[in-house]
Amino acid sequence: MPDAKPLHDGLFSWPDAPSTLMGSRCLDCGEHAFPSQKSCRACSGQNMTAADLGNEGVLWTWTIQSFMPKTPYHTDETPETFKPYGVGYIELACGLKVESRLRENQAEQLKIGMPMKLEIITVRKDDEGSDLLTFQFCASEEQG
Amino acid sequence: MDVAIVGLGMHPFGRTPSMTGLEQGAAAARAALADAGVDFKRMEFAYGGSQDGGNADSLVNLLGLTGLQFTNVANGCATGGSSLHGAYSAIKSGQYDIGLVVGFDKHERGAFNAKPADWGLDDWYGETGLMLTTQYFGMKIQRYMHDHGISRETLIRVAEKAFRNGSLTPTAWRQAALSWEEIENAPMVSEPLNKFMFCSPAEGGCALIVCRADIAHQFHPRPIYLKTAVVRSRNYGSFEVFSPSQPPEVAHSPTVTASQAAFELAGVGPEDIDVAQLQDTEVGAEIMHMAENGFCEHGDQENWLAEGVTEITGRLPVNTDGGCLANGEPVGASGLRQVHEICVQLRGEGGARQVAGDPQVGYTHVYGAPGISGVNILAR
Ligand SMILES: [Zn+2]
Repeated sequence: MPDAKPLHDGLFSWPDAPSTLMGSRCLDCGEHAFPSQKSCRACSGQNMTAADLGNEGVLWTWTIQSFMPKTPYHTDETPETFKPYGVGYIELACGLKVESRLRENQAEQLKIGMPMKLEIITVRKDDEGSDLLTFQFCASEEQG
Repeated sequence: MDVAIVGLGMHPFGRTPSMTGLEQGAAAARAALADAGVDFKRMEFAYGGSQDGGNADSLVNLLGLTGLQFTNVANGCATGGSSLHGAYSAIKSGQYDIGLVVGFDKHERGAFNAKPADWGLDDWYGETGLMLTTQYFGMKIQRYMHDHGISRETLIRVAEKAFRNGSLTPTAWRQAALSWEEIENAPMVSEPLNKFMFCSPAEGGCALIVCRADIAHQFHPRPIYLKTAVVRSRNYGSFEVFSPSQPPEVAHSPTVTASQAAFELAGVGPEDIDVAQLQDTEVGAEIMHMAENGFCEHGDQENWLAEGVTEITGRLPVNTDGGCLANGEPVGASGLRQVHEICVQLRGEGGARQVAGDPQVGYTHVYGAPGISGVNILAR
């Protein structure tokens, strides 16, 4: 995807392949954060460093967004083309759980504890026609 | 100085197209003043809140410009709880004798739409479709069901109870009981929660007159004493709405800390409570709040609901007026409705929904985003 860029910088590595989630870690107490934070929510410290959070985890909880959200939701979809999407928290190796859209959008496809991996998707096109990208997770097995 | 509630007022919840939010708040305030047999001029202070209905202190334009101290409160769903806490402290301190607590609201139809910047989040979070409270509620009860063996039947039972109780409550928005099938087959909103398992934004107003306990009988023959009012915010690790990430260790919710503090301050325990109002923004919330407030162990709700423990006829009636599910949620008024209902029950004025056995001690719990809980313990 040459004509593409992240919707928001600093959430995931790009254009590295494979992309990984980018967060921060507190040098005082070791707690991770996503998105990266300038101060620590656990100990109030301000000694933060960048942390690569990886691109794999397990599903901690999930739901399905079955109707098209109102603003601030902003994609190129219309109520007619909207497809339900999964939403879940993925427990990463460091223990942090990251909230994410999920590719799976049916209850039968989702189970707490299932292995998941990161993928990069297009949210919408910007005014110049470039794809704006974000992250989501999907079931590891299907990814192959 | 102990604190008493001597006036109860409500403008019915639901939709009143002919009245602004402020007018509904004023109607509730006038009803509370009439119930206490007192003039607005006598009010020394007021605490009021509204999310979308206008500034609460503008009520003086409708009630009278008497120069009283009027404090606006904005604390999301916990606005009513925080307003009552302000009034409780004002009387408790000895500074004031009598005052008004009022909440009202008038929301647009459909779900609340939050703006990321108001919550310290960047735009991507909302634009990619994560800024919905309904998702959080679905995900919290999904994990809870997994961890504590709560079934989908239990979710349906809570909704069934709410609408049945609402059908017994003249001021409730939803006046019709719903069948098991109607609830079970309703359109899914956010797995595992469907349309009838969520409350909706609504309109309405609620007001209380609060005074020193030693003068309470001047105003009402049956004062209800506010034993304690506690508000707490979240600790690090509590699983809350609009969180792009969640720490490894899940900490107690602010409900647990508020509840424990309230029981300690009031000198009573969960076993002493005869009737309770627990925040039921959706059915999962009522289930989780039963345990978070100390009334049962996690997982006990499965049997409690099946056995009818929280029905009006049960050992611990919960949300006797149908709660948020049947009344809707005018945010500024909702927490005060809970207190209003407990006062009605303790006075014995509940009519068709009155809890039998002369209830003596009641409990209210409100929970607001992101992570504020208010608990009140009330007694005859
Ligand atoms: Zn730290």
